[in-house]
Amino acid sequence: MGTKLILDFEKPIIELESKIQEMRQLGETFDIQEEIINLEKKVEELRSQIYQNLTRWQRVQLARHPDRPQSLDYINNVFTDFIELHGDRRYRDDPAVVGGIAKLDGISCIVVGQQKGKDTKSNLLRNFGMSHPEGYRKALRLFELAEKFDKPIFTFLDTPGAYPGIEAEERGQAEAIARNIIRMCQLTVPIIVVIIGEGASGGAIGIGVGDRILMLENTWYSVISPESCSSILWRSWDFKEQAAEALKLTAKDLKEQGIIDIIVPEPIGGAHRKPDEMYLILKEILLNELRPLMSIPKKELVKKRRDKFIQMGVWITE
Amino acid sequence: MTWFLRTKKNIEETIQKEMPDGLWTKCPSCGEIIYKRQLEENLFTCHKCNHHFRIGTKEYIDIILDPGSFEELFTNIKSADPLNFVDSKPYTQRLESMYKSTGLNEAITTGKAKIAGKDIAFASMNFNFIGGSMGSVVGEKFYQIAKYALDKKIPYIIICASGGARMQEAAYSLMQLAKTSAILAELAEHQIPYIVILTDPTTGGVSASFGMLGDIIIAEPGALIGFAGPRVIEQTIRRKLPQGFQRAEFVLEHGFLDLIIHRKNMREKLITILNWF
Ligand SMILES: [Zn+2]
Repeated sequence: MGTKLILDFEKPIIELESKIQEMRQLGETFDIQEEIINLEKKVEELRSQIYQNLTRWQRVQLARHPDRPQSLDYINNVFTDFIELHGDRRYRDDPAVVGGIAKLDGISCIVVGQQKGKDTKSNLLRNFGMSHPEGYRKALRLFELAEKFDKPIFTFLDTPGAYPGIEAEERGQAEAIARNIIRMCQLTVPIIVVIIGEGASGGAIGIGVGDRILMLENTWYSVISPESCSSILWRSWDFKEQAAEALKLTAKDLKEQGIIDIIVPEPIGGAHRKPDEMYLILKEILLNELRPLMSIPKKELVKKRRDKFIQMGVWITE
Repeated sequence: MTWFLRTKKNIEETIQKEMPDGLWTKCPSCGEIIYKRQLEENLFTCHKCNHHFRIGTKEYIDIILDPGSFEELFTNIKSADPLNFVDSKPYTQRLESMYKSTGLNEAITTGKAKIAGKDIAFASMNFNFIGGSMGSVVGEKFYQIAKYALDKKIPYIIICASGGARMQEAAYSLMQLAKTSAILAELAEHQIPYIVILTDPTTGGVSASFGMLGDIIIAEPGALIGFAGPRVIEQTIRRKLPQGFQRAEFVLEHGFLDLIIHRKNMREKLITILNWF
């Protein structure tokens, strides 16, 4: 893993950790075992204190952390027998979306995820997780494969948005997203959606309609990024912290708003600190969520999914 | 009737945006000076270059529907402020000033009507109400009128005009893309015709959901139609966009529109289309 990005609020922890590291080396010649243990306790306390009190903007920063596990990491570590399938069979293969066939604890399924890069080179290949219409159409044809062979679908959301470019518009970005959304309201197989990083706007919900919506603890999901919201509503890029607060875009917020079903806890310090622990946590939750869905009659499943989204929103009836 | 009184002011507001006071107005497209009465007779299109001026729901009702047939429904559904959203001013204040300045109760007007004697469910979006943005109320009214079409087994026609989702309702507004599509899935299963008319502009969350899901998708000439707004695209790619980019003619050429219809032929063509179903 290349990057060693340290976020501001992580600094006190990192400093203490390197202190412990130094002491361990000293410990080979001096007896300071007790002090090391005390310091380790202090780090744990500090860590849980910091991570329980993150601001919304800090969670957005964590959601974007370049070391966080990405779609392919979850697919490769939570699932088995993954075979990646490329292309939309219409125009080209969009590397910003990955997908294929896989098994979850022996159950055949379809997995689809938005894929960011881990460094500059892979980010350029993945277009920073911003897909073109063919990315949505790749997802759609994999959904159709799931439908045809009656296999459940898992989608992983991690995008700063659908790509706003000339070719994307020419090839019908809006239509591609709209088509996916309505098809996901029609598919008769169980669909589980997991927000693993950034869930930005139409670009995210383009693969985000499902029976169960799960959100990792340090992720965000909203109609717009805090930066763009700041630039439009405050007419300046400087109000991203306020915008993040106003948008109420964290997992906890969305659970309270009734938009997501489950907050998936992350290891303290974030999914990137202990990825293996993260995979185990997610696998267990996915299995728990999938099993009951598989026994619901198809018609009922579809109706429940539609009703779930139809009741979303807040309005007054006079 | 009360609806009419409230919207009369709205018409003036809409038109004022593109037209200065006085008897004459200038076409923003070709610069032609047009006598206002003549513009009205031309259904607010330029006689020289066919530029379609932005108009409001009231005008579309007059142009498309049988005279006197429109009856507004679901006026009792009003915006809440679920997130206590405050930017440069509170969302509640923004809504209040919109009610006042437009005379409208939301960015969508819904009701029942007739076209050539045929019953239809009808919706029309109001771009001058917070940019025609879709929040919970637009989603719910869209759902209710679509459900009405489903229950009565009549076609549903919508006129779109929207800059996208309503930021002040954050994730709730994003969920309206799924909500409106969910009811359209029901309509599709029951063979209820769903006809979309895209007007200037239709972008963002509306184009990425019900705007692009019509059985038949019509646009007015020159209407801006797309997912991302032109300014966002220019910022991203750091160059100027080509002439005509994202205009109805461009979108049709790329295969995402069924047809473009001049405003003065809209009613007649809709009658032919409705007769097919
Ligand atoms: Zn003109």
